[in-house]
Amino acid sequence: MRSEVFYIITGMALVTYFTRFGALALFRFTGVPTWLNRWLKYVPVAILTSLIVPSLLLPKGYLDISLNNHYLIAGIVAAFVAYKSRNIIATLGLGMSIMFVLKLL
Amino acid sequence: MQLSNLISGKNELAEEVWVALRECTPVVLGVVPFGITCGIMGLTAKMSGVETILMSVFVFAGASQFIGITMLGAGMTGWGIIILTTLLVNLRHLIMGSSLAPYMIRLPFPFQAFLAFFLTDEAYALTITRIHKDRYSVLYQLTVSTVLYLVWVLATVAGVVLGSYISDPLTWGLDFAMPATFLVLLIPLLADRISLIVFGMAAVVSVFAALYLPGKWYIIIACLIASLIGGLLEGDSENA
Repeated sequence: MRSEVFYIITGMALVTYFTRFGALALFRFTGVPTWLNRWLKYVPVAILTSLIVPSLLLPKGYLDISLNNHYLIAGIVAAFVAYKSRNIIATLGLGMSIMFVLKLL
Repeated sequence: MQLSNLISGKNELAEEVWVALRECTPVVLGVVPFGITCGIMGLTAKMSGVETILMSVFVFAGASQFIGITMLGAGMTGWGIIILTTLLVNLRHLIMGSSLAPYMIRLPFPFQAFLAFFLTDEAYALTITRIHKDRYSVLYQLTVSTVLYLVWVLATVAGVVLGSYISDPLTWGLDFAMPATFLVLLIPLLADRISLIVFGMAAVVSVFAALYLPGKWYIIIACLIASLIGGLLEGDSENA
């Protein structure tokens, strides 16, 4: 194993464990402060959005809003399927199939 | 008398495990494609199979593994930013941990520390649902946690094996699996006005930041700004 990957895995493991055990150790007598609770509440939406949207709009590093951008087209369809079905397998299956077909065309 | 007590006690324990197994099955089935994708993505990002599997064994956090792998694949070997992003992504576990704290606090401290390692979104959701329906059960939490962990690691192994048969997964658009899986996680969260505003803010800021900032800083900038705005709006609506 490469040493930089080893450090990354160790670091990720440590900070993940900190977030899972930290609250138990830290807040077990006081509860989570209100301001932190408010801020943390919207972290999942914010971080998922900032991962998804650029990867669909700038798949090659530049803004590409056109029919040639397969990621954007498959992403719009996948978002619709995810909204309707809430199902990982359906969304992944249909999204990947569209990617596959667009690559062949 | 003693014997029958012992037997009925054992039956109760077995019943609790059985309920846990039954209730976590649909969730576990949902985890399998994520684990397989994680394995394939690891190879796509030029990680070795062993590295990819060890990440699942030691980190055990789906979303941050995807992000870490994506960053590695993008040529970011600086470990600081990957670990900082992992921390940001997993900060939500602080909320989950504190919501379970009143129940877990009665357990022996080392056992709390042990169970905390397995506190994923899925394990939390199942355990807290069990608390609302019946009562806190440590055996329930332990069973659900163990099953989710084993399935996650085995699914990653399956992904690594599958991925090695696909010569160049990128040419088949397999990297699309990441945004697609995140979409399934994101869309159920967009259920209220503030979440939609946070979504819009994060979308706009991340695209602009991706255009003008180096590396993956756009993720952290957009996340900090959008979630802070969400928190402030939440505070306003509470005061109104």
